[in-house]
Amino acid sequence: MEHSIYRYVIRHSLRAQVVLTLLAIASFPFLYAFYELPKQIVNRVIQGDTGDFPAVVLDVSFTQFEYLFILCGGFLLLVVANQAFKYVINVLAGRTGERMLRRLRYDLYARVLRFPLPHFRKLSQGEIITMITAEVEPLGGFIGDAFKLPVFQGGYLLVILAFLLVQNWVMAAAAVALYPLQFYVVPKLQRRVNSFAKERVRLVRRLSDRIGETVSGVQEIRGNDTSAYERAAMSAALGEIYTVRLRIFIWKFVIKFLNNSINHLGPFCFYSIGGYFVIQGRLEIGTLMAAIAAHKDLAAPWKELLNYYQRREDARIKYEQVVTQFSPPGMLDESLQLGPPPPGARVHGELAASGLALRDDTGTVFLEGVSLGIPADAPVAVVGAPGSGREELALVLARLTSPTSGALVISGERSDRLHEGVTGRRLAFVGPHAFLFNATVRDNLLYGLKHEPGPDARPDPRWVAEAAVAGNSTDDVNGDWIDHEALGGDPLGRMIEVLAMVELDGDVFDLGLRGTVDARGDLRDRLLRARRAFRERLADPAIAALVESFDADRYNDNATVGENLLFGTPVGEGFDTERLAENPWVMEVLEAEGLVPVLLEAGRTVAATMIELFSGLPPGHTAFERFSFIEADDLPEYQAVLDRAAQDGLEALAAEDRGRLLSLPFLLQPARHRLGVVDDDLRARLLAARRRFAARLPESLRDRIQFFEADRYNAAASIQDNILFGKVAYGQARAAERVKGLVTEVIDELDLRSAVVEAGLDYPVGIGGGRLGAVQRQKLGLARAVVKRPDVLVLSDATAGLDGGTHGRIADRLFREFSGRGLIWSLHRADLARPFDRVVVMRSARVAESGTFEELDRDGTALRELLEAG
Amino acid sequence: MSLNEEVEVLRRVPLFARIDPAKLKLLAFTSERLVFPAGSELFHQGDAGDAAYILLDGEADILVDTPEGEIVVAKAGRHEFVGEIAILIDVPRTATVRARSELSTLVVTKETFLGMASEFPDVAIEIMRELAQRLADTTAQLTAARAAAAAG
Repeated sequence: MEHSIYRYVIRHSLRAQVVLTLLAIASFPFLYAFYELPKQIVNRVIQGDTGDFPAVVLDVSFTQFEYLFILCGGFLLLVVANQAFKYVINVLAGRTGERMLRRLRYDLYARVLRFPLPHFRKLSQGEIITMITAEVEPLGGFIGDAFKLPVFQGGYLLVILAFLLVQNWVMAAAAVALYPLQFYVVPKLQRRVNSFAKERVRLVRRLSDRIGETVSGVQEIRGNDTSAYERAAMSAALGEIYTVRLRIFIWKFVIKFLNNSINHLGPFCFYSIGGYFVIQGRLEIGTLMAAIAAHKDLAAPWKELLNYYQRREDARIKYEQVVTQFSPPGMLDESLQLGPPPPGARVHGELAASGLALRDDTGTVFLEGVSLGIPADAPVAVVGAPGSGREELALVLARLTSPTSGALVISGERSDRLHEGVTGRRLAFVGPHAFLFNATVRDNLLYGLKHEPGPDARPDPRWVAEAAVAGNSTDDVNGDWIDHEALGGDPLGRMIEVLAMVELDGDVFDLGLRGTVDARGDLRDRLLRARRAFRERLADPAIAALVESFDADRYNDNATVGENLLFGTPVGEGFDTERLAENPWVMEVLEAEGLVPVLLEAGRTVAATMIELFSGLPPGHTAFERFSFIEADDLPEYQAVLDRAAQDGLEALAAEDRGRLLSLPFLLQPARHRLGVVDDDLRARLLAARRRFAARLPESLRDRIQFFEADRYNAAASIQDNILFGKVAYGQARAAERVKGLVTEVIDELDLRSAVVEAGLDYPVGIGGGRLGAVQRQKLGLARAVVKRPDVLVLSDATAGLDGGTHGRIADRLFREFSGRGLIWSLHRADLARPFDRVVVMRSARVAESGTFEELDRDGTALRELLEAG
Repeated sequence: MSLNEEVEVLRRVPLFARIDPAKLKLLAFTSERLVFPAGSELFHQGDAGDAAYILLDGEADILVDTPEGEIVVAKAGRHEFVGEIAILIDVPRTATVRARSELSTLVVTKETFLGMASEFPDVAIEIMRELAQRLADTTAQLTAARAAAAAG
């Protein structure tokens, strides 16, 4: 990447810059005319001798008035022409700037993708994010102005100066007498501001790094009660930034003060020197007026130029700082990542390491003199104590880390010359903590197959052209990126097979049960048939005790009061169960049924019970989150509401207080909460309210709720809830588990399993896979590596978080799946290496020994030592 | 059964006899009530334990696996507490508990139980008293058994 912003600008936007500069130059004659014409109007027409008229121009004669209006018309045209020039130039400059900003961000991002992995230990996520987003933002604006602004504003300045000089050189010279001083002093002051600006950039970057760390380490902070320390650190960081920013402001305003004062010397000169000349009769009043007007306009370009100078320095510093950070040594060569890989390249034969060494910049040795050949068609285990170089060797073999010296030859090609299309497709790597992207299970599972856009991608040609101009990728991100050849003919079947291999199929099935599917046609019919089949099972009283089915004419004690009232699943916002009391339609129904006083009374009972139960607990106690209807912070508020109610009665409460109390009973689940609030009378009245709610639901709210109807599929509810069509009964031992078993039976009977798995595959895993458990994430990471059918799979402690039994079963299946292919497994326990064809034992960054397990398993070997250490 | 009735039942559990009813109400509210059909197991010997059960109604057998098969070592009935050892110390269930009749229980999770013990010293002292009592009983039984063995 170019190390100077000017070189970067010239290389990527030379044409646009030339066009802008030419346009700026072309505008100057119009500008000069714009100042010249008023002088003519005043001096020659308004103040002109009547004897001069009719004037003759190009053989046409004009009266004084005609001449006045023609010149004024010309003036108007010049105004339009000048503004048009400004408009065109600004739009073009803006577009150039935005394109360059897009290119710059893209270039920086593309470099992040090629960073050597150790660089991420030095450059934090927060720093990278601020640099690409906030820090380079002003560069876009500057780049648009890089050449045209000095030319345009400088030219503007010269034109006006020329005009003034032509009018009266003494006056003009006096007006700009102090400009050279400004030109000398301002940059000096500016340099001071710049050094502060540099400091500010550094501090803000550290601040975002700090915030990023807080987010990632929030468990440690809360778990160690170090929030006070973190707050102090934040305060210190913000304080430093404040000081620097304040200094910047002070100096900026000093500069402004100087500039403005000097600029106002102009009018002083005009009034004094110009006035002197006019009184003496050596200068016409029109000329003086035109000069004053011109000088007023002189201030604007002069300010722009000084401002430009400030911005230029700022941009130069920012660009250089950013580019330095984004140019670490040892970056992957661009040609190895861009463009298609050599066709048909495979990894076969052997991975041959000779004299591999790996050290970090502090000199710590991770690998030293590692020479060995690893077959790409048999399972090989790498074992060793922590810190023996075992993990690093796996990373080097997967070409994720480059050795400091020595060479790794993969299928006859040096690894540092291999295209990423070979290493990233024919090799697969899974470390101890597989990272998941914030997408669905399916997207994550197939992530390893997204190498290039499918042939049927049809991006909008205009979008493609614009992306190309900015040097961005023109591939359509919404196309089908999946490598179907690698996935195989039966994608769903293959996905299920691989999920079963890592024992994640059951989890995905469960996710599917909890997931929703917009079922239509045959699928919908089958799901409804499953609902009927499930209902038939309820004939058995032992099963009937587990579920309370939905019945439009019966109150459901296992559902909340809110659910009983809605008798449907809310779609989107509005009928959110937590905020039903805020919904106007709900309130209207309750008013009409006369339920408001009853529910207020219920709310009072709930609030009083919550206060009684929970006010003795310290805030932040887990019981609040799990059991209380009222958050710890709100308890005093509710106490106050109850006090007011006790004094003046419930009816006298303000609307806000009533809303607070009313919101509580909706969450009650009579079977579970046993507060004795929901009696038979209330049940009957809530049923009446349920009927009114549905029968008179305004048209505009119809799409906000899907009612529970026995013979209609509910697309807003989960698959399990659709089949269950009721609530799992509270208080029955293992009810949820047994109900799930029954639902699963019905699903298998009706051959719906794959539909449920499909729904599970569409489950969003959350940020960093946070909605899945750690073991599930790891299994999904393994499945992702298997599904792309690599020639060699490199695993590094990939099953360390799993229990021994699971590891054994998964390992067996991987051995079968990878028979004839390579499987390099860096293991956390030496005894797990037994079934491998070959075992490599690492000790103190070197290969201690290598051979079959039987050969090495004897007294005095490094392997035996590891086995005995357990 | 309403919350207040549950509190009444809890007060009859020896472990909770001396505890403030307000605290028992919190315990009742935050604990799940589970019904076990006759013949079903609350937990099995050797399982990992994460909850204790207060028997609100019904009877249960306490069984131990022996080389000769399962034998009933004790019975538990209304107002008794079972399964508390596994939540006090991390050991697998030391016995199996099976419902003799339909059994209504209050499930006290490890978290709730330990939380109460650490927040309300009364509860902790009561637990100590109860456990000390049991230890004394067991010691007495053991002494009696040894004496009987020596005599026999």
